[in-house]
Amino acid sequence: MDFSIALILVQDGIVNGAIYALLALSLVLVFTVTRVVFIPQGEFVAYGALTYAGLQAGQVPGSVGLLCVLGAAAFLASLWAERHQLGAGRVARLAAGTLLLPAAIAGLAWLVVPHHPGVVVSALLALLIVTPVAPYLYRVAFRPIAHASVLVLLIVAVGVHLALTGLGLVFFGPEGSRADGFTDAIFDFGTVSVAGQSLWVVGLAAALMAGLSLFFGRTLTGKALRATAVNRVGARLVGIGIERSGEIAFILAGAVGALSGVLIVSLTTIYYDTGFLIGLKGFTAAIVGGLASYPVAALAAIGVGVLESFASFWASAFKEVIVFTAIIPVLLWFSLRHHGVEDEE
Amino acid sequence: MSRRLSRPLWALATVAACLLVPWLPFLPPYWITLGNYVGIAAIVAIGLVVLTGEAGITSFGQASFVGFGAYATAILTTRWDISPWLTLPASLAAAAVAALALGAVTLRLSGHYLAVCTIAWSTSLFYVFGNLEIFGHNDGITAIPPLVLGPWRLVDTQSYFSVVWLGVALAAWLTSNLLASRSGRAIRALHGGAVAAASFGVDTMHARMLAFVHAAVLAGFAGWLYAHFQRAVNPTPFGINASIEYLLMAVVGGAAHIPGALLGALLVGVVNDELQDLLPRLLGAPGNFETIVFGALLIGVLQVSPDGLWPHVRRLLSHLPGGLARPAQAEPSATAEPLPRREMPPADSPVLTVRGLWRRFGGLVAVGDLGFSVRAAEIVGLIGPNGAGKTTTFNLLTGVDRPTSGEVEFLGHPIAGRPAPAVARLGVARTFQHVRLVRTMSVLENVALGAHLRGHAGPLAGMLRLDRTEEARLFAEAWRQLERVGLAGQALRPATALPLGQQRIMEIARALALDPVLLLLDEPAAGLRAGEKATLAALLRRLREEGVSILLVEHDMEFVMGLTDTLVVMDFGVKIAEGTPAAVRHNQAVIEAYLGAPDDEADAPAGAA
Amino acid sequence: MSALLELSAVTVAYGGIPAVEDVTLSVAAGTIVSVVGPNGAGKSTLLGAVMGALPARGTLRFDGRDLAGMGVEARVQAGLSLVPEQRELFATMSVADNLLLGGFRHRREGRAALAREMEKVFTLFPRLAERRDQEAGTLSGGERQMLAMGRALMARPALLMLDEPSLGLAPLVVRDILRAIRELRSTGVAILLVEQNARAALKISDYGYVIETGRITLQGPSRDLAADRRVAELYLGLARQTGERQEEDGNRQ
Repeated sequence: MDFSIALILVQDGIVNGAIYALLALSLVLVFTVTRVVFIPQGEFVAYGALTYAGLQAGQVPGSVGLLCVLGAAAFLASLWAERHQLGAGRVARLAAGTLLLPAAIAGLAWLVVPHHPGVVVSALLALLIVTPVAPYLYRVAFRPIAHASVLVLLIVAVGVHLALTGLGLVFFGPEGSRADGFTDAIFDFGTVSVAGQSLWVVGLAAALMAGLSLFFGRTLTGKALRATAVNRVGARLVGIGIERSGEIAFILAGAVGALSGVLIVSLTTIYYDTGFLIGLKGFTAAIVGGLASYPVAALAAIGVGVLESFASFWASAFKEVIVFTAIIPVLLWFSLRHHGVEDEE
Repeated sequence: MSRRLSRPLWALATVAACLLVPWLPFLPPYWITLGNYVGIAAIVAIGLVVLTGEAGITSFGQASFVGFGAYATAILTTRWDISPWLTLPASLAAAAVAALALGAVTLRLSGHYLAVCTIAWSTSLFYVFGNLEIFGHNDGITAIPPLVLGPWRLVDTQSYFSVVWLGVALAAWLTSNLLASRSGRAIRALHGGAVAAASFGVDTMHARMLAFVHAAVLAGFAGWLYAHFQRAVNPTPFGINASIEYLLMAVVGGAAHIPGALLGALLVGVVNDELQDLLPRLLGAPGNFETIVFGALLIGVLQVSPDGLWPHVRRLLSHLPGGLARPAQAEPSATAEPLPRREMPPADSPVLTVRGLWRRFGGLVAVGDLGFSVRAAEIVGLIGPNGAGKTTTFNLLTGVDRPTSGEVEFLGHPIAGRPAPAVARLGVARTFQHVRLVRTMSVLENVALGAHLRGHAGPLAGMLRLDRTEEARLFAEAWRQLERVGLAGQALRPATALPLGQQRIMEIARALALDPVLLLLDEPAAGLRAGEKATLAALLRRLREEGVSILLVEHDMEFVMGLTDTLVVMDFGVKIAEGTPAAVRHNQAVIEAYLGAPDDEADAPAGAA
Repeated sequence: MSALLELSAVTVAYGGIPAVEDVTLSVAAGTIVSVVGPNGAGKSTLLGAVMGALPARGTLRFDGRDLAGMGVEARVQAGLSLVPEQRELFATMSVADNLLLGGFRHRREGRAALAREMEKVFTLFPRLAERRDQEAGTLSGGERQMLAMGRALMARPALLMLDEPSLGLAPLVVRDILRAIRELRSTGVAILLVEQNARAALKISDYGYVIETGRITLQGPSRDLAADRRVAELYLGLARQTGERQEEDGNRQ
């Protein structure tokens, strides 16, 4: 391997790593705020990718139907959860958020698609369609057992992943999709050439991270989310609604997942079930960050991306093996660090 | 109790059923085949009962162990023509070795980390199976020979049914024996009772590994059965989705119950079979749509009935005759030889000596230069206001926490900084401020856990019921201690059914089952009513007369004043007084520590402000 | 004067065992009421029940409203604030952010209003102003207590509940905390103070209750309670000195 190949591999690694970093951040966010290990994160990548690809291909994507179905499920779940304190106003607001909103988004998609929307409009519309799925899932699957142990929440998350994969097959079909990137431009820097799309991916990922960091550092809502993550009892005592925080975390996770999908679908073909592996790579990074540290998780994600691209060059069949085995030494380090016997609830 | 079939009768009936059921005239072969898959899956799910239900370890990787078992026999039988019966040990060993290796690296991780980690390595192994020459890449290995028994080639689905379900029965029998044994109690204590178990000498890491390997070996066994039934293997049934399905079976059936595993395997197997036909027809396209239903099922069961369906089914069945209950030591064995006892030190000789004990947390001194001693057959109380450092001291003495510096000597052995099981081995037993009982065990079993170090039988002896004599002795000891504290009448009730006061007494019985020289009690009177306190005090006095030394941390002054020989009073981490209760009560420093100093502050009364 | 907080016949049980039994208590607006008693008597449980963190039987009324069915967040909205024994600060966030989040209830009034409120807290606890950008987890015990109180005050509660504010603090720091509590009273906020340190609590409060194994056994104006020998007996386990006790009781009656 010569230097220029190595440079290309590093470049590919960073592009993929940027996407894994977004996923890792969102996993850390959801875990710290809600204690849910969000296994279905990857499905949002697939949904985002397939939705965007569908819009680009001039179709109303299947995810519109998915959105309406899950919205209705969230409506019923919310009615059941709040059955003791329901007023007409509350029901109306619930209906607006879970029935009307999906219908409105579906209508918008219907109107926009025949006009061959450009990449930006398609990307935004894809985000709009896929993002609400996450908070709906929160209401249906996680909110009713918000106080269960992390392990039970994890098993539920795996259940959600399983169901979403099946739903993905129903609404998108078994065919894979690929879409054009935001740009075809190629920039030459001496011996290295960089695809414009790669710059888009890295740039958008960086911008989103910066935006999230501002959101958490500056806004009261962002701080309230951090507070929920740091101390749930304390958060309740100052009147921060834990469930509201959870819902916001899920909205962010849905949006980040969908955006990652929009970005990645120009780099590789995405199928309804591809998301799991992509999400799992975000996980590897999040775990390295102890499911707690944003910067460590983001750096680890870049590392995972680079490792993956080198692994696929040297031993492409064992790409996944190498990437997922890399987590083991890290875990070994964790496990050697603490020794005491603890009770797990 | 209703009529109960004896063990040999049960065994005979089970074998007969396994042999005869597949030949029932009205059963279509298709159902028999389905029954074979259900049985193979049930064996994996039974492993998860031990691993997830009892040890509390969630694994999304059991299908990988099935793969190890299946590939081991597939490779050995196809490449070297080794008889499938001879490859069975190889299949089990392959799964066990894989589990030992993965367990050594990951089992120290706590709850969700470990679970996520199983996803990572099982995904990784899936690609290993699919990409290595020896595993036949993604095409797998075909033409695996069938099982041959004398003149019979077990190629028809009916004969194989008997093999599979005899295997299920064997797995269930061995597993239920294991869970009822000394090693099994250690495993069952892991879920929520690990700290208590460690303080009675259980090596919790060892117990976790045992559960992990047991589950893996059962999965390997299932893999072996699968390979010789299917006669071909490829990576697909060993992927993450299969693993999730196994966990689904355990969760749906009820992860803490062996019959639950069977129920779950049956339910998931049948539903899977139905849906694989139905859904594609409904939706007009081929595909694995059943995952939607399975996902929803998993979510729904955990939301509505987290203990699975078996507890409900058992309630329905409870009026039927038969042996649904786990075999318990229903009464003390009259013939069991008593366990050997430790020699108690002579009265008034030093038992525990603490010198210059310090514990700093960062800049904060939690315990500073503490020194005191406990003599044989003496009750010493460690008291002080909230936050005085009593609990920290207690943790330092029991091996839960390490002192920054200082000496703790027990019967001449330095014990400062030694781990909890080592301290227990020397004869120090303890109770807990917040009662720590194993929720899935009876009172008797909880107490028997205290005698863990006085037994020696290993897991294999337990599985094969070679440990009966020792078990009888351990349980006789547990009965004896329950009688000693006056709880024998409650012995067979679930420990969680006792009121708090009796749970605390049960913890004392459990501590006594260790045959301790020194008993450490952490706030034994907390939450007790006046009458219960009096009973407890009488019990502790009686133990003192029998030669047991007792150190108790307590904040109920009334309780300690009447009971103890010596009081050590702490405030802000240091000892402020020591002496008889009468002397301590009139000590000015003690009064100020509790009530606040007379001229503390706020001299002006409220209202003047 | 009508009571701000009124509890009647309140019982709180964990797994069938009552930790607080049949407690009737009230706090009038603008007063300090203390609940004292030995460790484990049920004092914290009582506050937990008022805050809505623990399920309680009996009637709890606050500011004329029945608290039944209201969650913790709703009670904060209604004007209740609790400083728990464990403080429950946001350890990895700055002092200023902790205070800001204390004002979460008033987030719609804008940052400027919250900043003004924060200045008031800094006036009450100047030590916090010096450490405004420091992480809460790095503060000393006394500063943490001040921050916890400051954070609760940011909600501008009608009733502030303090659970063992002197716990684990050195005497000099306890003095600062107690002084702050008295200063607060003059701002009109009512305070329900739970303390093991009976002398200190009774000195700064208007009215006191003594709680023992979940039940209120004595009550009265704080000044009278402070002089009552039975309070000391309760703490030092003298009640069992039966002969002595009965004699004294006899003499008193």
